[in-house]
Amino acid sequence: MPKLLKSTPFRYALNATAAVGLYAVIMALINTGILNRYQALMLIPIGFNIILAVSLNLTAGFLGQLPLGHAGFMSVGGYAAALFSMSVNLPTNIELPLALVIGGLVAAAFGVLIGLPALRLKGDYLAIITLGFGEIIRVIILNLKFTGGAYGLKGIGRQTTVTWVYIFVIITLYVISTLIKSRHGRAILSIREDEIAAEASGIPTTYYKVLAFSISAGFAGIAGGLYAHYLSILDPSTFGFMRSVEILVIVVLGGLGSLFGSVISAVVLTILPEMLRGFAEYRMVIYSLLLVVVMIFKPSGLCGRYEFSLGDTIDNFFSMIRGSLIKKGGGSDDASA
Amino acid sequence: MTPVLNVSNLGINFGGLQALDDFNIQVKNREIVGLIGPNGAGKTTVFNLLTNVYPPSRGGITLTGQNTLGKATHEITKYGIARTFQNIRLFKSLSVIDNVKIALHNSMNYSLLQAVLRLPSYWKQEAAATEVCMKLLAVFNMEELADATAASLPYGAQRRLEIVRALATNPKVLLLDEPAAGMNPSETAELMHTIHDVRDKFDVAIVLIEHDMSIVMGICERILVLNYGLIIAQGTPEEIRNNILVVEAYLGQQRGE
Repeated sequence: MPKLLKSTPFRYALNATAAVGLYAVIMALINTGILNRYQALMLIPIGFNIILAVSLNLTAGFLGQLPLGHAGFMSVGGYAAALFSMSVNLPTNIELPLALVIGGLVAAAFGVLIGLPALRLKGDYLAIITLGFGEIIRVIILNLKFTGGAYGLKGIGRQTTVTWVYIFVIITLYVISTLIKSRHGRAILSIREDEIAAEASGIPTTYYKVLAFSISAGFAGIAGGLYAHYLSILDPSTFGFMRSVEILVIVVLGGLGSLFGSVISAVVLTILPEMLRGFAEYRMVIYSLLLVVVMIFKPSGLCGRYEFSLGDTIDNFFSMIRGSLIKKGGGSDDASA
Repeated sequence: MTPVLNVSNLGINFGGLQALDDFNIQVKNREIVGLIGPNGAGKTTVFNLLTNVYPPSRGGITLTGQNTLGKATHEITKYGIARTFQNIRLFKSLSVIDNVKIALHNSMNYSLLQAVLRLPSYWKQEAAATEVCMKLLAVFNMEELADATAASLPYGAQRRLEIVRALATNPKVLLLDEPAAGMNPSETAELMHTIHDVRDKFDVAIVLIEHDMSIVMGICERILVLNYGLIIAQGTPEEIRNNILVVEAYLGQQRGE
């Protein structure tokens, strides 16, 4: 039994089952009406906030650089996906994923373009330069004809469903968590830990910085695509600096370097403002207060660098039971002897 | 025998300061060379130029006959130079085994796609890398520490881990920057054994910067003395000990005998 639980194929099967199971639970909650229509719709922003936070965590938490232009990549992906789906006429279940992939690829390409010059800088400088790029993207979109300019891009198909969001959340989590546990992921982590030592250990640091940055941008682009097909309208002013900061807040609150933390934090910080609607004008005060309190008492974020592992949790549970059984068994053995 | 490392006329200026000039050295395979000199003489600068942390202003560097001058630091590591740092630079919040595995990065070649899809090449190469790491750690009696966080290790073990990590890149020349700094006499004695062991087991040449004269005189076959960016003397420990220039510039003040 313990061997089976520790075996890797079993772990993968377990996680896949859990992912399908959670989906079944969510759909059941929606279909039985336990989650009302409004609450069911909330699942979609939760989903793309998870994708945004997890992808930003790759650069902010694992690569250890601080970019402030995540909303810029989200908008690039969103516009690319929307323009694609508006110009073709395919069945929804082919059109949407295709549009999202295109949005992701375009955003990743922008990630490379911006990452190459920007990642020569560190810390505050990188934050400021990415902030600048985010604003440039926004202003360019504002002034282009084919993006609809300040009027926004209207008439995007409302194709984003809970199912598609769920699929892409799972894909994002799968790709980034498997990436981290590979030679590529270790290279990215080594840059966070000590760039000079990483380079001396044979890691091409510039390559991996740009790689992490563009993968992060790519997933932000996918989230942008989901966002575009959820609202059916894209307005450049929603992708400003504040949006980037919101995503960063989710990541920092969850814990830099914890994917699990990002997921929890994205869920909490998306639902919280909605739940606080009753407090009207005090809403943002409470929201901000919560952030301040968490940062004072747990500066490393809710989860620090903790990663949740279903297999480990079950293992620990069983070994706990076994432990208590052996204790009892051991006692009776002594008695018989 | 042709030298593994051949450095000729190496030099660098920082603005108006000539930090190093006319530096020549030939290191033979399995040789242990000491590099000494007063603070600020340019010893660490030599290491930084050899690994292109600073691009040299002039001179030539060849490693086993290949020109490494102007190559990026990570490229030079592939050619076969590995180093440790004066102030320990470990990947502190990562595990001991991951510290070593990072240095094995270039000995694996599975692609990003193969990694994310967890294809057989990923599993095979990761398993092989783990085995190499454990063997390396075992040489230094550190296999039981494999899952510990690097920052949690005692000082001496951190120094050793840095050497293990450097060796994982499979170097031909190992540069050690003050490996005995901050060690007590018994740790220093142990370190001398370790350095000998490393040379014998891994077949590397070692260039060593050290202030502790018992180490330098004890294990180096040849010593170079730097002062103000220039080599002022070189020879066997015996010759260096009796060199008047060196005694004046350095040993006389240090030993005070």
